[in-house]
Amino acid sequence: MSNKMHLKVFRGDNSGGELRDYQVEVDEGMVVLDVVHRLQATQAPDLSCRWNCKAGKCGSCSAEVNGKPRLMCMMRMDLFKPDEIITIQPLQAFPIVRDLVTDVSWNFEVNKKIPPFKPKPKNPDGTWRMMQYEVDRVQEFRKCLECYLCQNVCHVLRNHGKHDVFFGPRFMVRLAGLEMHPLDDADRVKLMREAAGIGYCNITKCCTEVCPEDIRITDNAIIPLKERVADRYYDPLAMLFRAIRGKNR
Amino acid sequence: MAFTTPAMRHRLGETTRRDGWWINPAAMALTFLVFVVYAAWAAIQSKYYTYGPPGAEHYTYISPFYSPPFQEYFPKVAAFKFFPAFWVVWLPIAFRLTCYYGRKAYYRSIMLSPSACSVGKGAGRGYNGESALPWILNNLHRYFLYLIVVLVIFHWFHFFQAFNFDGRFGMGVGSLVIAADTILLSLYVASCHSVRHLIGGSVDCFSCARAGEARLKAWEGVSWLNQYHNLFFWASLITVGFADLYIRLCAMSIWTDVRFF
Ligand code: SF4
Ligand code: SF4
Ligand code: FES
Ligand code: FES
Repeated sequence: MSNKMHLKVFRGDNSGGELRDYQVEVDEGMVVLDVVHRLQATQAPDLSCRWNCKAGKCGSCSAEVNGKPRLMCMMRMDLFKPDEIITIQPLQAFPIVRDLVTDVSWNFEVNKKIPPFKPKPKNPDGTWRMMQYEVDRVQEFRKCLECYLCQNVCHVLRNHGKHDVFFGPRFMVRLAGLEMHPLDDADRVKLMREAAGIGYCNITKCCTEVCPEDIRITDNAIIPLKERVADRYYDPLAMLFRAIRGKNR
Repeated sequence: MAFTTPAMRHRLGETTRRDGWWINPAAMALTFLVFVVYAAWAAIQSKYYTYGPPGAEHYTYISPFYSPPFQEYFPKVAAFKFFPAFWVVWLPIAFRLTCYYGRKAYYRSIMLSPSACSVGKGAGRGYNGESALPWILNNLHRYFLYLIVVLVIFHWFHFFQAFNFDGRFGMGVGSLVIAADTILLSLYVASCHSVRHLIGGSVDCFSCARAGEARLKAWEGVSWLNQYHNLFFWASLITVGFADLYIRLCAMSIWTDVRFF
């Protein structure tokens, strides 16, 4: 079984571009990335796209297919009706380098601003010990591929360009994984409120909707971190309590 | 490193999505509208909010909009007689407005911020979200939580009262309506994100914390309920409105409460 399908693919760069129409032969079992590759091989040799693993693990092939942020290698063509028009665009929250390729290097800069894991002092017997049930919670956050689909869909970055004041959901996930770690000793609450700008997130959950690893970003990472920020900065009773106990934690 | 993103050029509602992305926010906005109009009307009425079998000394059902009935408990305080519902409803309103799920629902459906994912907003850099007034006040959610627990206790009190027909145990359709409201409100509150945090979410090292094991178990339970927090939000919103409507219709003799026994 094979049939021609109607594609609209973005061609251009950050200064502008257009959705160009193509008819591409689609075979059974193909994913969107395969069709983009076939388009490259047969009609548009100058089409730029980024990919690496074709297994949904490297996070390189992020794009927007019919407006939905997806990994192109994990989106099967049989999701579409044979006569459906398929629109493929690059991520919309980062500068476009060319065609389907965007410059996501801002994310790497943000990552450097997060203090890494800092282990607690060792136990008296010279070991560190933690229980599986304590790390279960942070293991969810370790699944992140850094596909940046969540960064792309987050309206704070995407529609308001708040890249200077907000780290975005992917880095809330990283912060949560560090902050909730049973053996971590660093304190990132001030960072979360200030440089990371957690207050900019209005918990509308688009990041959760698009995460290909099904990380429950808003419920399990962002809201718990917002609660920790509230503990420290927005809870007069807790502040009083801490002052009386004379401790900071 | 400020840059202009391609999406910053999108007009309000502009998208290449081809699904019915607007259905969900539109349905939520409509539900809010119906509820707000009805609740405001019902709260102003100040009558027909209790119902009991004919000739009974004490009522059996009381509208959740009027519970706790301060005017009944403190008959000497004249202020409580003046729009009695207003002494009650501000609290659930504040609780729901600061609820993490409630916030999502009205940011999306009323403020269109955003109306749906990857749909244009037609707005520039002037956005502060919850980092500035007024929305930064949503961080006070836990205080309304503490207060709403008191309200939930009253709801349970009225739950038992709804099976007490002038001193005799009985059950009518209204008893079930009140039971549904009480149970769903309790589930809504129990699945709250702040409950989840306070009960155990704030702990990093359960094996070092005091009562760590118990807190872990409690956190796991609340986390499970929390997955359905959105459902409980809507279900309890609808049942609380319906409970008032049902009792009101019975009290106005427009509808007759069916007694099972
Ligand atoms: S929940 Fe917050 S971080 Fe996630 S997309 Fe929405 S605003 Fe962005
Ligand atoms: S959290 Fe999910 S959506 Fe965001 S970068 Fe990681 S895998 Fe991608
Ligand atoms: S190519 Fe690696 S995730 Fe798609
Ligand atoms: S988060 Fe919804 S009630 Fe607390």
